[in-house]
Amino acid sequence: MATIELSINGQQKEIDVDPNTPLLWVLRDHLDLVGTKYGCGIAQCGACTVHVDGVAMRSCSMPVQGLAGKKITTIEGLSDNGDHPVQQAWIAHDVPQCGYCQAGQIMSAAALLKKNANPSDQDIDTAMNGNICRCGTYTRIKAAIKTAAKNS
Amino acid sequence: MTVVKTSLNRRSFLKSSVAAGGGLMLGFSWLASCSSGPKETELVMPEEWFTINSYLKIGDNGVVTIYAPNPEFGQNVRTSMPMLVAEELDVDWKNVLVEQAPYHPTDYGMQFTGGSRGIMSRWEPLRMAGASARHMLKQAAAELWQVPMDEIETKAGMLTHKATAQEISYGAIASQAAEMPVPEEVELKDINDFQLIGHSKKNVDGKDIVTGQPMFGVDYKAEGMMIAMIAHPPGFGMTLDSFDGTDAMAMPGIRDIFAISTYQEGQDKGGFDTNAFPEVVAIVGSSTWEVMQAKKKLKVNWKPFATYKEMISGWRGKEEKTIPAGLESSEKHKVKMATLSAKPGRVARRDGDPERAFRDATKVIERSYSAPFLAHNCMEPMNSFAHVQGDKVKIATPLQIPSFLVPTLAASLGIPVENVEMDMTRMGGGFGRRAYGHYVIEAALISKQVNAPVKLMYTREDDMTNGIYRPAYHATYRAAFDQDNQLTAIHVKAGGIPESPLYANRFPAGAIDNYLAEDWSINSNITIGAFRAPRSNFIAGAEQSFLDEVAEELGKDPIAFRLELLKRAKDNPVGEKNDYDADRYAGVLELVRDKSEWNNKSEGLHRGVAAYFCHNSYAAHVLDLEIKDGQPVVQKVTCAIDCGVVVNPDAATNMAEGGIVDGIGNAFYGELTFEDGVPQKNNFHEYRMIRMSEAPKEIDVHFVQNGIDPTGLGEPPFPPIFGAVANAMYRATGKRQYNQPFLGNKEVLG
Ligand code: FES
Ligand code: FES
Repeated sequence: MATIELSINGQQKEIDVDPNTPLLWVLRDHLDLVGTKYGCGIAQCGACTVHVDGVAMRSCSMPVQGLAGKKITTIEGLSDNGDHPVQQAWIAHDVPQCGYCQAGQIMSAAALLKKNANPSDQDIDTAMNGNICRCGTYTRIKAAIKTAAKNS
Repeated sequence: MTVVKTSLNRRSFLKSSVAAGGGLMLGFSWLASCSSGPKETELVMPEEWFTINSYLKIGDNGVVTIYAPNPEFGQNVRTSMPMLVAEELDVDWKNVLVEQAPYHPTDYGMQFTGGSRGIMSRWEPLRMAGASARHMLKQAAAELWQVPMDEIETKAGMLTHKATAQEISYGAIASQAAEMPVPEEVELKDINDFQLIGHSKKNVDGKDIVTGQPMFGVDYKAEGMMIAMIAHPPGFGMTLDSFDGTDAMAMPGIRDIFAISTYQEGQDKGGFDTNAFPEVVAIVGSSTWEVMQAKKKLKVNWKPFATYKEMISGWRGKEEKTIPAGLESSEKHKVKMATLSAKPGRVARRDGDPERAFRDATKVIERSYSAPFLAHNCMEPMNSFAHVQGDKVKIATPLQIPSFLVPTLAASLGIPVENVEMDMTRMGGGFGRRAYGHYVIEAALISKQVNAPVKLMYTREDDMTNGIYRPAYHATYRAAFDQDNQLTAIHVKAGGIPESPLYANRFPAGAIDNYLAEDWSINSNITIGAFRAPRSNFIAGAEQSFLDEVAEELGKDPIAFRLELLKRAKDNPVGEKNDYDADRYAGVLELVRDKSEWNNKSEGLHRGVAAYFCHNSYAAHVLDLEIKDGQPVVQKVTCAIDCGVVVNPDAATNMAEGGIVDGIGNAFYGELTFEDGVPQKNNFHEYRMIRMSEAPKEIDVHFVQNGIDPTGLGEPPFPPIFGAVANAMYRATGKRQYNQPFLGNKEVLG
């Protein structure tokens, strides 16, 4: 056990956990931020995607011990009122089916648009290929990313 | 205008009004807090609610809460079902809040998700609930104004009497309406008068989903809740021998380790109580990561089991089922399937004299098709919250058909059925997997043992290796041609492990003079379950690939050839019992032909067509494919569906798109194999799922407009896409595809 300080969604949090605990489980079990999802635990599905210093990362495979001093953003902190251009575009295109993968999809998409304001189809494929949607909403996700790019 | 008898009785209303005021309501506060629609900030909440019936309550300011009766797994029923109520109630959709109903069959009838039967089964009852509420509102206004009730009109939450120029809002008269007698029968709107049905409405949960609000089973939390996991045998055909939990118990945060037996000796089991591993080891601790780590230290000895039998009460009454001993392998499965398919099967249908037609044939073509076991791989792994207290249990879980599970759960716990209280959480996918709720029983038994609220979590590995798979299938098709190269007979022989995919009375039965359908099956201890469009999900692809080859042999256009057969089936059907409507079937083929511009745009494109009927609906696809760098790229899928009236068109389109993507993914990559009983894949690094770059670049969905009452939609677009993929791949490569997966496993991106 160790006390670890994390900056999550602009707030300082202190938690007492095994330093090897992946960020995902700290978020879900210790901080009640359950928007970030577990899908595989081995960085293969993207359901657990968060931003670490603005970059999309798979929180299931990041022990918290390395995260002190880094800025972590989860789906709950992506915007104040759920009005990030990506979130708005997701609603405009009515993207979700079951919705389970969508927090991860949105975090990957938001990180993509941050470094590439006008992604090509190829750029979108590359950035989003790590996020599985079992319900098959890929065509809507792609369309929503293009809408978000226009509106941000 | 349809007049329907109301099946809501006063007693159920009173019961639910009591529930809404106290008691039960507390029980589902977690879900009540997940009410959807415009948020409270955007919608002023009423001071008082008036329960009109179990499906809806009206606030004194006109805001209406509609209870979504069925569990949601992504098919949009939390939006489209309340739309049915709101349509007949004549309320402005902006003023509607949606809340998940608790599991309560007396108030809500059959609460389930499966068989593409949701909207179909709720189509009349939910409109009736809305219409009877409107009737009671009108009756209250008629008494207030002392005017004849049939002179009162309703619109967007207002009641008006033109002649006396009076009007009143639903909210203002809700308290009186709640006192009115329930009408014995009500009139439902004519389809042409629909204001909501047929007009796209956004997912009521959209905002909650994109902001990561808690709503799934895995998100559930209760005071003092422990986390539990199970260790199940590594392979089918095995069971628990002994375990040593000493090292695991010494790990931080671990509370208890013990074995559980899911069923009691001699307990009655239903058709959905499939469970390969009823004896498992449970490990309970304070957090997920701690339990995961400790589980690695658990030492368990597993042993092969001997053949055993159990009694199952299913659709066909009580049946004895044999679970064979043995550690099975896919290689051996293949050999067994080939052997059985070479022998005569059980004749399921015979029209004309097929044997003679084959004997007299100038040419016969014979093709065999196969597909492997598939795992559902719902994105949210199986999980359940349970809290057993004395002879009561509180459950919150993502489950498709609670009513099938509850009797078994009660029996496993030895408590009365009425003492099971259940929240139906949103499901992170289902696809049939969550019709089998053994994980709920496991959670309850663990809670009972540790005497605490517990959330049982399956890891992805647990989920993928626990069974309930799509069966492995095999089908052989033969066609006979005479000296004029006319098609004279078709013979299909289809089987699988452990069930045959054959639907003997579906197309092309009814269109062929000499037709023979046979089936066979091989028993197995690898457990199977419903998987999006069971059986159809294989046989459609095989049949539609074969018909493509037959059309080619005949030198006919694949769509024209199918239409010709369907015309025959309509004008002069062969046999008595044909399950499909040839007109509706032809309708989707014609629509997809026109929308894809099949007849004038196909030049230079590699296009495959396929169509199928299942779950009372019709679907046809045209799939355009290119080969780039040795890999197929699906450029576009054009799709036509006839599922009758479409309630929420954009959401229905989304689900059809999903079915198409799901089918392409499974046709290309889906496969689970076994060695000595052990599944050869346990997570997404090995089990290849379709990803963004492999999804079609464009999907264009069209619905037949015919005003027929709604039929299924979640499943029908799925089966035929396998055939469309195979036929397009043939056009692109010159090679026919017979064995799924067509591409197999290659490196997975991550
Ligand atoms: S849970 Fe982290 S990538 Fe799947
Ligand atoms: S919406 Fe269900 S997994 Fe993506």
